[in-house]
Amino acid sequence: MTLASESYSIEAEQGGRGSLLLRYAAPQAFYPLAGKMMPWFGALAALFAVAGLYVGFFVAPTDAQQGEAYRVIFIHVPAAWMSMFLYVIMASWAALGLVLNTRLSGMMASALAPTGAMFTFLALWTGALWGKPTWGTWWVWDARLTSELILLFLYIGFIALTNAIDDPRRADRAGAVLAIVGVINIPIIYFSVQWWNTLHQGASVSLTRAPSMAATMLTGMLLMALAAWMYSIAAALWRVRSIILERERDAEWIQGRRGQE
Amino acid sequence: MNWGSLDSFLAMGGYGLYVWGSYAVAALCIAAELWLLARRARRAERTQ
Repeated sequence: MTLASESYSIEAEQGGRGSLLLRYAAPQAFYPLAGKMMPWFGALAALFAVAGLYVGFFVAPTDAQQGEAYRVIFIHVPAAWMSMFLYVIMASWAALGLVLNTRLSGMMASALAPTGAMFTFLALWTGALWGKPTWGTWWVWDARLTSELILLFLYIGFIALTNAIDDPRRADRAGAVLAIVGVINIPIIYFSVQWWNTLHQGASVSLTRAPSMAATMLTGMLLMALAAWMYSIAAALWRVRSIILERERDAEWIQGRRGQE
Repeated sequence: MNWGSLDSFLAMGGYGLYVWGSYAVAALCIAAELWLLARRARRAERTQ
């Protein structure tokens, strides 16, 4: 561990002289910052969730075609969005770690994976519960559903692979390769409803045209999406703090921290 | 206001199982993740 703590102190020194961004790239500096930001993102998540659920259940009207069954949308769409966003962010951190060899990058990738897997599972679960009353089936092997299931396997594969390798730096590199290769699945999920004839409906919201839903429905969905974002950030910050402690156990700053408490 | 009574709110126009099944499992997943996060943080602190 001497080697690791030496390289850590060099990194910390460089960070201290460098830009603000570089300074916080050192786990030692990021640990307290993450601790300060975490409760804010958690509080915002709770606020947006309460507002989103209120709009979703008490303001948004009954859907003309689907009745009340459509209210699954307020959890389904944010979960599905998050499952894709988090994968891209995770793969970006992983790629950054490969290129710059910064230790925090791999830690961030590992911190995002379980939350991403959870949202992927939720997208599939809520999709099944929505599909049954509207399509008449829990599951169908169409392009959208199948590619989302593959996303879940990618997250699980990433977690299993990085946990199976004892040396964390090697685990980060192996996980990064898997995460980067898996990014190809994201556009496949997103465009699946256009490229193939799927049972799944097309996008309700897109940047190029007006949303195909009532304004209050859209508001509820966007509030819930914001809640999911804030929750994901809070959860990832919390997890990365544990990962930093686990990996840097022998580093001087943690030993010093212990002495202070 | 969409709902005249608690019963009609819970019934969700006959789709209660699907709607509440979605939100209940989402709440469970989030609660489970928060519990795991707290446990991991406790253990990481303790084993320093």
